Amino acid sequence: MPDTTLSSSVGLVTPQTATFETDFHLACGKHLPGFELVYETYGKLNDTASNAVLVCHALSGHHHAAGYHHLDDRKPGWWDSYIGPGKPIDTRHFFVISVNNLGGCHGSTGPQSINPDTGTSWGPDFPIMTVEDWVKSQALLADRLGITRFAAIVGGSLGGMQVLQWPITYPERLANAAIIAATPKLSAQNIAFNEVARQAIRSDPEFHDGWYEQHGVLPKRGLKLARMIGHITYLSEHSMGAKFGRDLRTDSLNYGYDVEFQVESYLRYQGDAFSTRFDANTYLLMTKALDYFDPASGHNNDLAKALSNTLCRFLVVSFSTDWRFAPERSRELVNALVKAKKPVSYTNVDSPYGHDAFLLPNDHYEAAFGAFMRRIYSDLNQGTL
Amino acid sequence: MRTDLAQIMQWVPERAHVLDLGCGDGTLLAALTEHKGVQGYGLEIAPDNIATCLAKGVNVLEQDLDEGLSNIVDDAFDMVVMTQALQVLRRPDLMLDEMLRVARECIITFPNFAYWRHRLHLGMRGRMPVSKSLPHEWYDTPNIHLSTFKDFSHLCDRQGHRIIDRAVGDGDHQLHWSAQRWPNLFGQVAIFRIER
Repeated sequence: MPDTTLSSSVGLVTPQTATFETDFHLACGKHLPGFELVYETYGKLNDTASNAVLVCHALSGHHHAAGYHHLDDRKPGWWDSYIGPGKPIDTRHFFVISVNNLGGCHGSTGPQSINPDTGTSWGPDFPIMTVEDWVKSQALLADRLGITRFAAIVGGSLGGMQVLQWPITYPERLANAAIIAATPKLSAQNIAFNEVARQAIRSDPEFHDGWYEQHGVLPKRGLKLARMIGHITYLSEHSMGAKFGRDLRTDSLNYGYDVEFQVESYLRYQGDAFSTRFDANTYLLMTKALDYFDPASGHNNDLAKALSNTLCRFLVVSFSTDWRFAPERSRELVNALVKAKKPVSYTNVDSPYGHDAFLLPNDHYEAAFGAFMRRIYSDLNQGTL
Repeated sequence: MRTDLAQIMQWVPERAHVLDLGCGDGTLLAALTEHKGVQGYGLEIAPDNIATCLAKGVNVLEQDLDEGLSNIVDDAFDMVVMTQALQVLRRPDLMLDEMLRVARECIITFPNFAYWRHRLHLGMRGRMPVSKSLPHEWYDTPNIHLSTFKDFSHLCDRQGHRIIDRAVGDGDHQLHWSAQRWPNLFGQVAIFRIER
Protein backbone atom coordinates (compact mmCIF):
# COMPACT_ATOMS: atom_id res chain seq x y z
CA MET A 1 0.00 0.00 0.00
CA PRO A 2 1.39 3.39 -0.92
CA ASP A 3 1.98 5.91 1.77
CA THR A 4 -0.32 8.61 0.39
CA THR A 5 0.43 10.76 3.37
CA LEU A 6 3.96 11.22 1.98
CA SER A 7 4.46 14.95 1.72
CA SER A 8 5.94 14.57 -1.78
CA SER A 9 2.97 12.68 -3.27
CA VAL A 10 -0.18 14.14 -4.78
CA GLY A 11 -1.95 11.27 -2.97
CA LEU A 12 -5.14 9.63 -4.22
CA VAL A 13 -6.43 10.96 -7.52
CA THR A 14 -9.57 10.31 -9.56
CA PRO A 15 -9.69 10.57 -13.36
CA GLN A 16 -12.32 12.80 -14.92
CA THR A 17 -13.97 12.76 -18.34
CA ALA A 18 -14.72 15.68 -20.64
CA THR A 19 -17.21 15.13 -23.46
CA PHE A 20 -17.08 17.16 -26.69
CA GLU A 21 -20.06 16.92 -28.97
CA THR A 22 -18.93 18.88 -31.98
CA ASP A 23 -17.37 17.42 -35.11
CA PHE A 24 -13.61 17.14 -34.76
CA HIS A 25 -11.73 17.33 -38.05
CA LEU A 26 -8.48 15.42 -38.32
CA ALA A 27 -5.28 15.82 -40.34
CA CYS A 28 -6.04 12.57 -42.21
CA GLY A 29 -9.17 14.17 -43.70
CA LYS A 30 -11.63 12.18 -41.60
CA HIS A 31 -13.52 13.48 -38.60
CA LEU A 32 -14.80 12.27 -35.27
CA PRO A 33 -18.45 13.00 -34.46
CA GLY A 34 -17.56 14.17 -30.96
CA PHE A 35 -15.22 12.51 -28.50
CA GLU A 36 -14.31 12.04 -24.86
CA LEU A 37 -11.04 12.83 -23.12
CA VAL A 38 -10.06 11.27 -19.82
CA TYR A 39 -7.74 13.36 -17.69
CA GLU A 40 -6.39 13.92 -14.20
CA THR A 41 -5.51 17.13 -12.42
CA TYR A 42 -3.16 17.80 -9.52
CA GLY A 43 -2.87 21.03 -7.54
CA LYS A 44 -5.22 24.03 -7.70
CA LEU A 45 -6.00 26.42 -10.52
CA ASN A 46 -5.42 30.00 -9.32
CA ASP A 47 -7.95 32.85 -9.65
CA THR A 48 -6.52 34.09 -12.93
CA ALA A 49 -6.15 30.59 -14.41
CA SER A 50 -2.50 31.41 -15.11
CA ASN A 51 -0.74 28.56 -13.28
CA ALA A 52 -1.80 25.63 -15.45
CA VAL A 53 0.75 23.08 -16.65
CA LEU A 54 -0.16 20.51 -19.29
CA VAL A 55 1.63 17.15 -19.20
CA CYS A 56 1.73 15.22 -22.49
CA HIS A 57 2.30 11.47 -22.48
CA ALA A 58 4.44 9.11 -24.54
CA LEU A 59 3.64 6.09 -26.74
CA SER A 60 2.32 3.73 -24.08
CA GLY A 61 1.49 6.40 -21.50
CA HIS A 62 -1.85 7.71 -20.28
CA HIS A 63 -3.48 10.31 -18.06
CA HIS A 64 -2.35 8.73 -14.78
CA ALA A 65 0.91 10.63 -14.36
CA ALA A 66 1.10 11.06 -10.58
CA GLY A 67 -0.32 9.79 -7.32
CA TYR A 68 -2.41 6.67 -6.78
CA HIS A 69 -5.90 5.56 -7.86
CA HIS A 70 -6.35 3.12 -4.98
CA LEU A 71 -4.74 2.55 -1.63
CA ASP A 72 -3.61 -0.89 -2.78
CA ASP A 73 -1.89 0.36 -5.98
CA ARG A 74 1.60 -1.06 -6.19
CA LYS A 75 3.01 1.83 -8.27
CA PRO A 76 2.18 5.53 -8.60
CA GLY A 77 1.54 7.34 -11.93
CA TRP A 78 4.21 7.18 -14.64
CA TRP A 79 5.86 10.54 -13.88
CA ASP A 80 5.41 10.57 -10.12
CA SER A 81 9.15 11.26 -9.66
CA TYR A 82 8.63 14.68 -11.25
CA ILE A 83 5.10 15.72 -10.25
CA GLY A 84 4.12 16.47 -6.65
CA PRO A 85 4.72 18.83 -3.74
CA GLY A 86 8.37 19.91 -3.79
CA LYS A 87 9.11 18.08 -7.05
CA PRO A 88 10.13 19.84 -10.30
CA ILE A 89 6.46 20.18 -11.38
CA ASP A 90 5.46 21.43 -7.95
CA THR A 91 1.76 20.89 -7.31
CA ARG A 92 1.84 23.48 -4.50
CA HIS A 93 2.45 26.06 -7.24
CA PHE A 94 0.93 24.67 -10.42
CA PHE A 95 -2.39 23.23 -11.56
CA VAL A 96 -1.28 20.18 -13.51
CA ILE A 97 -3.42 18.55 -16.21
CA SER A 98 -2.57 15.15 -17.67
CA VAL A 99 -4.68 13.86 -20.57
CA ASN A 100 -5.06 10.45 -22.19
CA ASN A 101 -4.62 11.13 -25.89
CA LEU A 102 -7.31 10.51 -28.47
CA GLY A 103 -6.93 7.04 -29.96
CA GLY A 104 -5.63 5.75 -26.65
CA CYS A 105 -6.85 2.75 -24.72
CA HIS A 106 -7.21 4.15 -21.22
CA GLY A 107 -10.59 5.85 -21.44
CA SER A 108 -10.34 8.58 -24.07
CA THR A 109 -12.13 7.91 -27.36
CA GLY A 110 -10.15 5.35 -29.33
CA PRO A 111 -10.35 2.11 -31.30
CA GLN A 112 -12.11 0.36 -28.39
CA SER A 113 -14.87 3.02 -28.23
CA ILE A 114 -18.20 2.66 -29.97
CA ASN A 115 -18.43 4.05 -33.49
CA PRO A 116 -21.83 5.81 -33.54
CA ASP A 117 -22.22 5.00 -37.25
CA THR A 118 -22.06 1.25 -36.71
CA GLY A 119 -22.97 0.76 -33.06
CA THR A 120 -19.92 -1.45 -32.57
CA SER A 121 -16.36 -0.60 -31.60
CA TRP A 122 -14.23 1.37 -34.07
CA GLY A 123 -11.44 -1.18 -34.17
CA PRO A 124 -9.13 -0.58 -37.16
CA ASP A 125 -11.62 1.93 -38.62
CA PHE A 126 -10.60 4.46 -35.98
CA PRO A 127 -8.87 7.26 -37.89
CA ILE A 128 -5.11 7.61 -37.58
CA MET A 129 -4.19 10.45 -35.26
CA THR A 130 -1.39 12.97 -35.68
CA VAL A 131 0.43 15.01 -33.06
CA GLU A 132 -1.38 18.08 -34.40
CA ASP A 133 -4.75 16.40 -33.82
CA TRP A 134 -3.79 15.67 -30.22
CA VAL A 135 -2.70 19.25 -29.63
CA LYS A 136 -6.00 20.55 -31.02
CA SER A 137 -7.98 18.19 -28.78
CA GLN A 138 -5.93 19.25 -25.75
CA ALA A 139 -6.67 22.89 -26.58
CA LEU A 140 -10.40 22.10 -26.52
CA LEU A 141 -9.96 20.62 -23.05
CA ALA A 142 -8.07 23.77 -21.99
CA ASP A 143 -10.99 25.87 -23.25
CA ARG A 144 -13.36 23.71 -21.23
CA LEU A 145 -11.27 24.23 -18.08
CA GLY A 146 -11.06 27.99 -18.63
CA ILE A 147 -7.35 28.05 -19.44
CA THR A 148 -6.44 30.43 -22.24
CA ARG A 149 -2.69 30.26 -21.72
CA PHE A 150 -0.60 27.56 -20.05
CA ALA A 151 2.27 28.57 -17.75
CA ALA A 152 4.06 25.57 -19.24
CA ILE A 153 3.50 22.50 -21.36
CA VAL A 154 5.85 19.61 -20.65
CA GLY A 155 6.44 16.07 -21.84
CA GLY A 156 8.97 13.39 -22.71
CA SER A 157 9.46 11.33 -25.89
CA LEU A 158 6.25 11.39 -27.98
CA GLY A 159 4.96 13.72 -25.23
CA GLY A 160 7.84 16.09 -26.02
CA MET A 161 6.77 16.14 -29.67
CA GLN A 162 3.30 17.31 -28.63
CA VAL A 163 4.98 20.01 -26.54
CA LEU A 164 6.95 21.07 -29.64
CA GLN A 165 3.78 21.18 -31.76
CA TRP A 166 1.90 23.36 -29.24
CA PRO A 167 3.71 26.70 -29.78
CA ILE A 168 3.66 26.11 -33.55
CA THR A 169 -0.12 25.59 -33.59
CA TYR A 170 -1.04 27.96 -30.73
CA PRO A 171 1.83 30.45 -30.17
CA GLU A 172 -0.19 32.55 -27.73
CA ARG A 173 -1.46 29.72 -25.58
CA LEU A 174 1.70 28.84 -23.64
CA ALA A 175 4.51 30.72 -21.90
CA ASN A 176 6.99 27.84 -21.58
CA ALA A 177 7.70 24.51 -23.26
CA ALA A 178 9.83 21.70 -21.80
CA ILE A 179 10.73 19.17 -24.51
CA ILE A 180 12.41 16.14 -22.96
CA ALA A 181 14.05 13.13 -24.65
CA ALA A 182 12.28 13.99 -27.89
CA THR A 183 13.11 14.70 -31.52
CA PRO A 184 11.84 17.13 -34.16
CA LYS A 185 11.31 14.11 -36.45
CA LEU A 186 11.90 10.38 -36.49
CA SER A 187 14.98 8.98 -38.22
CA ALA A 188 14.80 6.16 -40.77
CA GLN A 189 16.04 3.83 -38.01
CA ASN A 190 13.24 4.96 -35.66
CA ILE A 191 10.63 4.36 -38.38
CA ALA A 192 12.21 0.98 -39.11
CA PHE A 193 11.81 -0.13 -35.50
CA ASN A 194 8.19 1.05 -35.53
CA GLU A 195 7.55 -0.88 -38.73
CA VAL A 196 8.93 -4.09 -37.24
CA ALA A 197 6.60 -3.56 -34.25
CA ARG A 198 3.63 -3.01 -36.56
CA GLN A 199 4.46 -6.05 -38.66
CA ALA A 200 4.71 -8.15 -35.52
CA ILE A 201 1.15 -7.12 -34.58
CA ARG A 202 -0.33 -7.26 -38.06
CA SER A 203 1.08 -10.70 -38.86
CA ASP A 204 -0.32 -12.26 -35.68
CA PRO A 205 -3.04 -14.71 -36.91
CA GLU A 206 -5.29 -13.39 -34.14
CA PHE A 207 -5.05 -9.80 -35.36
CA HIS A 208 -7.79 -10.34 -37.97
CA ASP A 209 -6.99 -7.05 -39.74
CA GLY A 210 -7.72 -5.26 -36.49
CA TRP A 211 -11.13 -6.92 -35.86
CA TYR A 212 -9.82 -9.18 -33.09
CA GLU A 213 -12.43 -7.97 -30.62
CA GLN A 214 -15.21 -9.16 -32.96
CA HIS A 215 -13.47 -12.53 -33.09
CA GLY A 216 -13.22 -12.70 -29.32
CA VAL A 217 -9.41 -12.90 -29.35
CA LEU A 218 -6.38 -10.66 -28.76
CA PRO A 219 -3.21 -10.50 -30.92
CA LYS A 220 -1.14 -11.06 -27.82
CA ARG A 221 1.87 -12.61 -29.51
CA GLY A 222 2.20 -9.70 -31.94
CA LEU A 223 1.77 -7.07 -29.27
CA LYS A 224 4.27 -8.89 -27.06
CA LEU A 225 6.88 -8.89 -29.83
CA ALA A 226 6.18 -5.23 -30.57
CA ARG A 227 6.73 -4.35 -26.93
CA MET A 228 9.88 -6.44 -26.69
CA ILE A 229 11.51 -4.66 -29.61
CA GLY A 230 10.30 -1.29 -28.34
CA HIS A 231 11.64 -2.02 -24.89
CA ILE A 232 15.11 -2.74 -26.26
CA THR A 233 15.17 0.75 -27.77
CA TYR A 234 14.15 2.32 -24.43
CA LEU A 235 17.18 0.90 -22.61
CA SER A 236 20.86 1.45 -23.26
CA GLU A 237 23.39 -1.27 -23.93
CA HIS A 238 25.04 -0.24 -20.69
CA SER A 239 21.89 -0.43 -18.55
CA MET A 240 20.95 -3.82 -20.00
CA GLY A 241 24.47 -5.04 -19.34
CA ALA A 242 24.45 -3.72 -15.79
CA LYS A 243 21.01 -5.19 -15.05
CA PHE A 244 21.34 -8.61 -16.68
CA GLY A 245 24.81 -9.11 -18.11
CA ARG A 246 24.94 -12.68 -19.42
CA ASP A 247 23.33 -14.02 -16.27
CA LEU A 248 21.47 -17.31 -16.68
CA ARG A 249 18.23 -18.29 -14.98
CA THR A 250 19.52 -21.79 -14.32
CA ASP A 251 22.97 -23.04 -13.40
CA SER A 252 24.01 -24.19 -16.85
CA LEU A 253 23.18 -23.90 -20.53
CA ASN A 254 20.48 -26.32 -21.65
CA TYR A 255 21.00 -26.10 -25.41
CA GLY A 256 17.38 -25.27 -26.26
CA TYR A 257 15.12 -22.34 -27.07
CA ASP A 258 13.45 -21.87 -23.73
CA VAL A 259 14.34 -18.88 -21.63
CA GLU A 260 17.95 -19.19 -20.56
CA PHE A 261 19.37 -15.70 -20.14
CA GLN A 262 17.89 -13.29 -17.62
CA VAL A 263 17.47 -10.65 -20.30
CA GLU A 264 15.23 -13.02 -22.29
CA SER A 265 13.11 -13.64 -19.23
CA TYR A 266 12.80 -9.93 -18.57
CA LEU A 267 11.78 -9.07 -22.13
CA ARG A 268 9.23 -11.90 -22.27
CA TYR A 269 7.76 -10.78 -18.96
CA GLN A 270 7.53 -7.16 -20.12
CA GLY A 271 6.00 -8.24 -23.43
CA ASP A 272 3.45 -10.56 -21.82
CA ALA A 273 2.32 -7.95 -19.31
CA PHE A 274 1.94 -5.36 -22.05
CA SER A 275 0.07 -7.68 -24.42
CA THR A 276 -2.95 -7.90 -22.14
CA ARG A 277 -3.05 -4.33 -20.86
CA PHE A 278 -2.58 -2.40 -24.12
CA ASP A 279 -4.74 -2.30 -27.23
CA ALA A 280 -3.07 -3.40 -30.48
CA ASN A 281 -4.96 -0.89 -32.68
CA THR A 282 -3.92 1.93 -30.34
CA TYR A 283 -0.30 0.79 -30.50
CA LEU A 284 -0.39 0.82 -34.31
CA LEU A 285 -1.96 4.27 -34.38
CA MET A 286 0.50 5.76 -31.88
CA THR A 287 3.51 4.51 -33.84
CA LYS A 288 2.08 6.09 -36.99
CA ALA A 289 1.66 9.42 -35.17
CA LEU A 290 5.34 9.18 -34.26
CA ASP A 291 6.40 8.41 -37.84
CA TYR A 292 4.35 11.24 -39.35
CA PHE A 293 5.56 13.95 -36.95
CA ASP A 294 7.75 16.43 -38.83
CA PRO A 295 6.80 20.08 -38.24
CA ALA A 296 9.55 21.28 -40.60
CA SER A 297 8.05 19.40 -43.57
CA GLY A 298 5.53 22.15 -44.22
CA HIS A 299 8.33 24.76 -44.30
CA ASN A 300 10.76 23.40 -46.92
CA ASN A 301 12.26 21.21 -44.19
CA ASP A 302 13.49 24.36 -42.44
CA LEU A 303 12.83 23.74 -38.75
CA ALA A 304 13.86 27.29 -37.79
CA LYS A 305 11.19 28.61 -40.14
CA ALA A 306 8.61 26.23 -38.67
CA LEU A 307 9.42 27.68 -35.24
CA SER A 308 9.53 31.32 -36.33
CA ASN A 309 6.08 32.20 -34.98
CA THR A 310 6.56 30.66 -31.55
CA LEU A 311 6.40 32.99 -28.54
CA CYS A 312 7.31 30.78 -25.59
CA ARG A 313 10.54 30.03 -23.77
CA PHE A 314 11.93 26.53 -24.40
CA LEU A 315 13.80 24.00 -22.31
CA VAL A 316 15.23 21.04 -24.23
CA VAL A 317 16.63 18.06 -22.31
CA SER A 318 18.34 14.97 -23.72
CA PHE A 319 20.07 12.00 -22.08
CA SER A 320 23.62 10.90 -22.84
CA THR A 321 22.89 7.21 -23.52
CA ASP A 322 19.52 7.66 -25.25
CA TRP A 323 19.93 6.11 -28.68
CA ARG A 324 16.22 6.04 -29.55
CA PHE A 325 16.07 9.85 -29.65
CA ALA A 326 19.76 10.62 -29.32
CA PRO A 327 21.13 13.91 -27.92
CA GLU A 328 21.99 14.89 -31.50
CA ARG A 329 18.25 15.06 -32.32
CA SER A 330 17.67 17.46 -29.42
CA ARG A 331 20.64 19.54 -30.59
CA GLU A 332 19.05 19.82 -34.04
CA LEU A 333 16.00 21.31 -32.38
CA VAL A 334 18.12 23.63 -30.22
CA ASN A 335 20.15 24.81 -33.23
CA ALA A 336 16.94 25.62 -35.09
CA LEU A 337 15.61 27.58 -32.10
CA VAL A 338 18.91 29.50 -31.83
CA LYS A 339 18.79 30.22 -35.56
CA ALA A 340 15.24 31.52 -35.11
CA LYS A 341 16.48 33.64 -32.13
CA LYS A 342 14.02 32.03 -29.73
CA PRO A 343 14.66 31.83 -25.98
CA VAL A 344 15.92 28.31 -25.36
CA SER A 345 18.00 26.44 -22.82
CA TYR A 346 19.43 22.98 -23.35
CA THR A 347 21.06 20.35 -21.18
CA ASN A 348 22.29 16.86 -21.98
CA VAL A 349 21.88 14.84 -18.79
CA ASP A 350 24.49 12.23 -18.03
CA SER A 351 22.55 9.02 -17.36
CA PRO A 352 23.25 5.32 -18.03
CA TYR A 353 19.55 4.50 -18.53
CA GLY A 354 18.97 5.29 -22.20
CA HIS A 355 15.62 6.68 -23.38
CA ASP A 356 13.85 5.59 -20.17
CA ALA A 357 16.01 8.07 -18.22
CA PHE A 358 13.36 10.75 -18.69
CA LEU A 359 11.09 8.85 -16.29
CA LEU A 360 13.72 8.11 -13.65
CA PRO A 361 15.13 10.11 -10.72
CA ASN A 362 18.40 11.89 -11.60
CA ASP A 363 20.03 14.77 -9.70
CA HIS A 364 21.20 16.78 -12.71
CA TYR A 365 17.86 16.36 -14.52
CA GLU A 366 15.84 17.28 -11.43
CA ALA A 367 18.05 20.31 -10.72
CA ALA A 368 17.75 21.69 -14.27
CA PHE A 369 14.04 20.91 -14.75
CA GLY A 370 13.26 22.11 -11.21
CA ALA A 371 15.16 25.39 -11.72
CA PHE A 372 13.29 26.00 -15.00
CA MET A 373 9.91 25.37 -13.31
CA ARG A 374 10.76 27.49 -10.25
CA ARG A 375 11.69 30.36 -12.56
CA ILE A 376 8.26 30.02 -14.19
CA TYR A 377 6.63 30.22 -10.77
CA SER A 378 8.61 33.32 -9.84
CA ASP A 379 7.72 34.95 -13.20
CA LEU A 380 4.10 34.09 -12.43
CA ASN A 381 4.30 35.81 -9.04
CA GLN A 382 6.01 38.88 -10.48
CA GLY A 383 3.49 39.16 -13.28
CA THR A 384 6.20 38.75 -15.94
CA LEU A 385 5.12 35.36 -17.28
CA MET B 1 31.04 43.24 -10.18
CA ARG B 2 34.39 42.03 -11.55
CA THR B 3 36.21 44.81 -13.40
CA ASP B 4 36.34 42.82 -16.66
CA LEU B 5 32.56 42.37 -16.54
CA ALA B 6 32.05 46.08 -15.79
CA GLN B 7 34.16 46.94 -18.86
CA ILE B 8 32.14 44.55 -21.02
CA MET B 9 28.91 46.16 -19.84
CA GLN B 10 30.17 49.44 -21.33
CA TRP B 11 31.21 47.94 -24.67
CA VAL B 12 28.11 45.87 -25.46
CA PRO B 13 25.55 47.95 -27.39
CA GLU B 14 21.94 48.29 -26.26
CA ARG B 15 19.61 45.47 -27.34
CA ALA B 16 22.45 43.48 -28.91
CA HIS B 17 22.09 39.76 -29.68
CA VAL B 18 24.90 38.24 -27.62
CA LEU B 19 26.57 34.84 -27.27
CA ASP B 20 28.50 34.30 -24.02
CA LEU B 21 31.05 31.47 -24.25
CA GLY B 22 31.59 29.78 -20.91
CA CYS B 23 28.85 31.85 -19.25
CA GLY B 24 29.33 30.33 -15.77
CA ASP B 25 26.41 31.11 -13.48
CA GLY B 26 24.96 33.63 -15.95
CA THR B 27 25.94 36.78 -14.00
CA LEU B 28 27.07 38.72 -17.08
CA LEU B 29 24.11 37.79 -19.30
CA ALA B 30 21.63 38.52 -16.51
CA ALA B 31 23.21 41.97 -16.00
CA LEU B 32 23.33 42.65 -19.76
CA THR B 33 19.67 41.70 -20.06
CA GLU B 34 18.64 43.85 -17.12
CA HIS B 35 20.68 46.96 -17.95
CA LYS B 36 21.05 46.84 -21.72
CA GLY B 37 18.02 44.91 -22.93
CA VAL B 38 20.38 42.33 -24.42
CA GLN B 39 19.07 38.98 -25.66
CA GLY B 40 21.23 35.97 -26.12
CA TYR B 41 22.56 32.65 -24.95
CA GLY B 42 25.32 31.38 -22.74
CA LEU B 43 27.26 28.21 -23.52
CA GLU B 44 28.27 26.19 -20.47
CA ILE B 45 29.09 22.61 -19.51
CA ALA B 46 28.95 22.50 -15.70
CA PRO B 47 25.55 21.13 -14.57
CA ASP B 48 25.51 23.35 -11.45
CA ASN B 49 26.04 26.48 -13.52
CA ILE B 50 23.38 25.36 -16.01
CA ALA B 51 20.83 24.99 -13.20
CA THR B 52 21.80 28.40 -11.77
CA CYS B 53 21.33 30.03 -15.20
CA LEU B 54 17.91 28.38 -15.56
CA ALA B 55 16.88 29.68 -12.15
CA LYS B 56 17.91 33.19 -13.24
CA GLY B 57 16.01 32.93 -16.51
CA VAL B 58 19.27 33.13 -18.50
CA ASN B 59 19.18 31.10 -21.73
CA VAL B 60 21.92 28.52 -21.33
CA LEU B 61 22.97 25.82 -23.79
CA GLU B 62 25.06 22.86 -22.78
CA GLN B 63 27.96 22.84 -25.24
CA ASP B 64 31.65 22.05 -24.99
CA LEU B 65 33.66 24.96 -26.41
CA ASP B 66 36.44 22.60 -27.47
CA GLU B 67 34.01 21.10 -29.98
CA GLY B 68 33.75 24.48 -31.72
CA LEU B 69 30.78 26.55 -32.83
CA SER B 70 30.04 24.76 -36.10
CA ASN B 71 26.38 24.37 -35.09
CA ILE B 72 25.96 28.16 -35.20
CA VAL B 73 25.46 29.90 -38.54
CA ASP B 74 27.60 32.83 -39.75
CA ASP B 75 26.69 36.25 -38.31
CA ALA B 76 24.08 34.75 -36.00
CA PHE B 77 25.01 37.29 -33.29
CA ASP B 78 25.94 40.95 -32.93
CA MET B 79 28.58 40.22 -30.31
CA VAL B 80 30.34 37.19 -28.80
CA VAL B 81 31.90 37.50 -25.36
CA MET B 82 34.23 35.09 -23.63
CA THR B 83 35.43 35.88 -20.13
CA GLN B 84 38.25 33.93 -18.51
CA ALA B 85 37.84 30.89 -20.76
CA LEU B 86 40.40 31.46 -23.55
CA GLN B 87 43.22 29.91 -21.53
CA VAL B 88 41.36 26.62 -20.91
CA LEU B 89 40.64 25.94 -24.60
CA ARG B 90 42.54 23.38 -26.64
CA ARG B 91 42.91 25.78 -29.59
CA PRO B 92 42.34 29.45 -28.65
CA ASP B 93 43.46 30.54 -32.14
CA LEU B 94 40.72 28.53 -33.88
CA MET B 95 38.13 29.74 -31.37
CA LEU B 96 39.06 33.35 -32.10
CA ASP B 97 38.30 32.81 -35.81
CA GLU B 98 35.06 31.00 -34.94
CA MET B 99 33.93 33.82 -32.67
CA LEU B 100 34.45 36.33 -35.46
CA ARG B 101 32.56 34.09 -37.88
CA VAL B 102 29.36 33.98 -35.82
CA ALA B 103 29.57 37.71 -34.99
CA ARG B 104 31.35 40.73 -36.45
CA GLU B 105 32.67 41.73 -33.06
CA CYS B 106 33.86 39.97 -29.92
CA ILE B 107 35.15 40.71 -26.43
CA ILE B 108 37.67 38.40 -24.77
CA THR B 109 39.10 38.56 -21.27
CA PHE B 110 41.87 36.35 -19.85
CA PRO B 111 44.49 36.42 -17.08
CA ASN B 112 47.60 38.32 -18.23
CA PHE B 113 50.51 36.00 -17.55
CA ALA B 114 52.98 38.88 -17.85
CA TYR B 115 51.48 40.63 -14.80
CA TRP B 116 54.37 41.82 -12.62
CA ARG B 117 53.51 39.61 -9.68
CA HIS B 118 53.58 36.53 -11.95
CA ARG B 119 56.93 37.65 -13.36
CA LEU B 120 58.25 38.13 -9.86
CA HIS B 121 56.96 34.75 -8.77
CA LEU B 122 58.64 32.97 -11.67
CA GLY B 123 61.72 35.22 -11.72
CA MET B 124 62.53 35.22 -8.03
CA ARG B 125 61.22 31.87 -6.83
CA GLY B 126 61.71 30.01 -10.07
CA ARG B 127 58.31 28.39 -9.72
CA MET B 128 55.06 28.62 -11.67
CA PRO B 129 52.98 31.54 -10.39
CA VAL B 130 50.03 30.89 -8.09
CA SER B 131 47.91 33.95 -7.40
CA LYS B 132 44.36 35.16 -6.95
CA SER B 133 43.79 35.25 -10.73
CA LEU B 134 45.72 31.98 -11.27
CA PRO B 135 44.86 29.96 -8.17
CA HIS B 136 45.88 26.49 -9.45
CA GLU B 137 49.10 24.52 -9.16
CA TRP B 138 50.79 23.66 -12.46
CA TYR B 139 49.71 20.02 -12.28
CA ASP B 140 45.98 20.55 -11.73
CA THR B 141 45.36 23.77 -13.60
CA PRO B 142 42.66 23.90 -16.29
CA ASN B 143 44.65 26.82 -17.77
CA ILE B 144 46.54 25.05 -20.53
CA HIS B 145 47.10 28.07 -22.79
CA LEU B 146 48.24 30.99 -20.70
CA SER B 147 49.30 34.07 -22.62
CA THR B 148 50.16 37.70 -22.13
CA PHE B 149 48.59 40.98 -23.17
CA LYS B 150 51.26 41.26 -25.89
CA ASP B 151 50.93 37.62 -27.04
CA PHE B 152 47.25 38.06 -27.67
CA SER B 153 47.76 41.32 -29.59
CA HIS B 154 50.16 39.45 -31.87
CA LEU B 155 47.66 36.62 -32.39
CA CYS B 156 44.98 39.10 -33.47
CA ASP B 157 47.42 40.74 -35.93
CA ARG B 158 48.53 37.42 -37.30
CA GLN B 159 44.96 36.25 -37.92
CA GLY B 160 43.99 39.54 -39.51
CA HIS B 161 41.57 40.72 -36.83
CA ARG B 162 41.41 44.36 -35.78
CA ILE B 163 41.66 45.35 -32.14
CA ILE B 164 39.05 48.05 -31.58
CA ASP B 165 39.84 48.62 -27.97
CA ARG B 166 41.72 47.03 -25.11
CA ALA B 167 41.83 47.49 -21.40
CA VAL B 168 43.07 45.82 -18.28
CA GLY B 169 41.22 44.78 -15.19
CA ASP B 170 42.70 44.54 -11.75
CA GLY B 171 40.81 41.90 -9.86
CA ASP B 172 38.09 43.52 -7.80
CA HIS B 173 39.95 46.77 -7.18
CA GLN B 174 39.96 50.12 -8.90
CA LEU B 175 42.48 50.30 -11.69
CA HIS B 176 45.79 51.88 -10.90
CA TRP B 177 47.07 54.42 -13.49
CA SER B 178 50.14 52.28 -14.03
CA ALA B 179 48.03 49.48 -15.51
CA GLN B 180 46.72 51.85 -18.19
CA ARG B 181 50.22 53.04 -19.05
CA TRP B 182 51.96 49.62 -19.01
CA PRO B 183 49.17 47.04 -19.43
CA ASN B 184 51.45 44.10 -20.15
CA LEU B 185 53.27 44.61 -16.86
CA PHE B 186 50.61 45.93 -14.53
CA GLY B 187 47.37 44.53 -15.93
CA GLN B 188 46.10 41.49 -14.09
CA VAL B 189 43.23 40.74 -16.48
CA ALA B 190 43.46 41.52 -20.20
CA ILE B 191 40.29 42.70 -21.95
CA PHE B 192 40.18 42.90 -25.76
CA ARG B 193 37.47 44.14 -28.08
CA ILE B 194 38.08 42.81 -31.59
CA GLU B 195 36.40 42.86 -35.00
CA ARG B 196 37.05 40.94 -38.17
